[in-house]
Amino acid sequence: MRKCLMLAAAVMLGSIVNAAAQEKVEVLHWWTSGGEAAALNVLKKNLEAEGITWEDMPVAGGGGEQAMTVLRARVTAGNPPTAVQLLGFDVTDWAKQGVLANLDPVADKEGWDKVIPAAIQKFSKYDGHWVAAPVNLHSTNWIWANKMIFDKLGIQQPTNWDELIAALDKIKAAGYVALAAGGQPWQEATIFDSVVMTTGGPDFYKKALVDLDPAALGSPTMKTVFERMIKLRSYVDDNFSGRDWNLATAMVITDKAGMQIMGDWAKGEFRNAGKTAGTDFLCFRFPGTQGTVTFNSDQFAMFKVGQASQDAQFKLAKAIEDPAFQSSFNVVKGSVPARTDVSDAAFDACGKKGMADLKEASEKGTLLGSLAHGHAAPAAVKNAFYDVITATFNGQYTADQAVAQLVPAVQGAQ
Amino acid sequence: MSITLQRSAAISPPARTARERLGDFLPRIVLAPSFAAVLVFVYGFIIFTGYLSFTDSKILPSFDFVGWKNYVRLWSLPNWWIALENLAIFASLYIVICTAIGLGLAILLDQKIRGEGVLRPIYLYPMAISFIVTGTAWKWFLDPGIGIERIVRLWGWSDFTFDWIKDTQMAIYCVVIAAVWQSSGFVMAMFLAGLRGIDNEIIKAAQIDGATNFKLYKRIIIPMLRPAFLSAFVVLAHLAIKSYDLVIALTNGGPGRATELPATFMYSYTFTRNSMGIGAASAVIMLMMIASVIIPYIYAEVGGGNRGR
Repeated sequence: MRKCLMLAAAVMLGSIVNAAAQEKVEVLHWWTSGGEAAALNVLKKNLEAEGITWEDMPVAGGGGEQAMTVLRARVTAGNPPTAVQLLGFDVTDWAKQGVLANLDPVADKEGWDKVIPAAIQKFSKYDGHWVAAPVNLHSTNWIWANKMIFDKLGIQQPTNWDELIAALDKIKAAGYVALAAGGQPWQEATIFDSVVMTTGGPDFYKKALVDLDPAALGSPTMKTVFERMIKLRSYVDDNFSGRDWNLATAMVITDKAGMQIMGDWAKGEFRNAGKTAGTDFLCFRFPGTQGTVTFNSDQFAMFKVGQASQDAQFKLAKAIEDPAFQSSFNVVKGSVPARTDVSDAAFDACGKKGMADLKEASEKGTLLGSLAHGHAAPAAVKNAFYDVITATFNGQYTADQAVAQLVPAVQGAQ
Repeated sequence: MSITLQRSAAISPPARTARERLGDFLPRIVLAPSFAAVLVFVYGFIIFTGYLSFTDSKILPSFDFVGWKNYVRLWSLPNWWIALENLAIFASLYIVICTAIGLGLAILLDQKIRGEGVLRPIYLYPMAISFIVTGTAWKWFLDPGIGIERIVRLWGWSDFTFDWIKDTQMAIYCVVIAAVWQSSGFVMAMFLAGLRGIDNEIIKAAQIDGATNFKLYKRIIIPMLRPAFLSAFVVLAHLAIKSYDLVIALTNGGPGRATELPATFMYSYTFTRNSMGIGAASAVIMLMMIASVIIPYIYAEVGGGNRGR
């Protein structure tokens, strides 16, 4: 398969050389599903109005693993695309290689420093210079619940861990799958994000998952986190391993399951099924994490493409941060705008709540990167966490063993 | 008459040498591009990978030499040990079961039965399918919610359970099942060819001496299949060590990391964990594993063959 990708990259390379020397941007991304592609089309139209040709380079595959393989080939060949969709530490990793462009002229003129939360800037900037334009902000500490089941069983929205367990017990006793989940490492880690946050609070989250402090990683609090993960596993049906996240969401939509712990992209599935927030499904923060937001942010990192294409590149960056585009894109995508000064008029109830939460968390300093989505620690460390989380969730480790494994695994990966 | 003969004899030698020279060079000219391509893209990149395994390459190749550090890290990673353990289970079962089923089918097909022409391709066809297809199909068969378990329950055995693919202890055996299904027919074909190559006189002589069918196979035919066994072993062993696509399609390394193999380990460290140095080190170890299987085989084939002839 890798050979195929290389070949595809080589073919594309050929087509670029042949293209006319007019202003154009080439964008590598993995937004190929219907809604995402439609959302991106808005940006394409905006740029075409300015006379810039958009050369689409979609590489399917959620999470962008395949896209990264193509990118490696292109950069190694010395012919990078204008802009590439990247997540979190990937931006920093590429910046370290010295291949990203400097966007300071646009950022200064447009005043990005003031409107984009500092927690996102940490990833969009390298060494004090802007290298990427953030498109959106997804947050992962959400629960998506089936309102019909909640009403039927008389469950109130849980506000702490014990209430959550009580609610799950009730749903399980009524014969539903209490918790819809998919057994893929990143999904299990998404649950882990929220459990760490509710168990230890934002300070512990930062110490353990961002600063990777061995004392915090080996602490009794971390043991409680794993005990809670094992507890949550008991509410998941046995057929969960390998299930895709959208199939788990579908279980909530079709009244088979009570709730799902998932990032706000799950909302897109509810929307596509014709469900309305508040009347068909509920969205609330994972109990005990209200006021904090664990996020991941899609960014377009700009690669060094030479003086000739720089003007088009700057125009692209400016168009991405255009408030109108930020609003229309994120309404479709389910995320919230990466800048805090965008009107929430076009968003639904969950979107409005997401934007208000983002503002609050950004001001309080509780806007923290999601571990599961590569915004707390670099890829090697993230995967070391995945190893332990997934082994525990699948019953291979006890909570004690998990803590004992976690400390050396994280240290070894740094 | 004699003059013309002499003439043609006088003229033709240089003409023939020119053609001969072209004839000598033609194979080399035709083979040169592919030889060059193989030299660069196979052996060149093997050397490059070996070199990378001694560097601190992370997201992109780098050329800062770090000595044996990547190998030390590799052998201290629990994931690598899991991958090796899984490979040991997978490879041994895969080779043994495939050989047993292949030999059994070949012996049964060799009984001069009717319809052999139809049956043989039926057994052989799974080999024509790519491992991705096999993996996806078996993922559905083995899934308790939609596959075998559900069907048997619908037939009335309501407490029948077959959920190995969801079980961290048993999932690796699911990979064995799918791989055996795919490769047994191919092994059968190899043994069938071997059986057809055995001299009928020997068998007849044994029958005249009063050997039972069982003894005939145990004492005479199976020992004579030694070269077929060796070929089957080499083919299956290298398929096992490099198997990647089957696991990706069937379990994607899960549940948890329960079905991680060296090949999936290599891909994930090189391309998703941004630790290209460690990925390269694991690739070198895999190459050494395959070489340890193939080189004695080639040696035996070339050396032994010459002696035999």
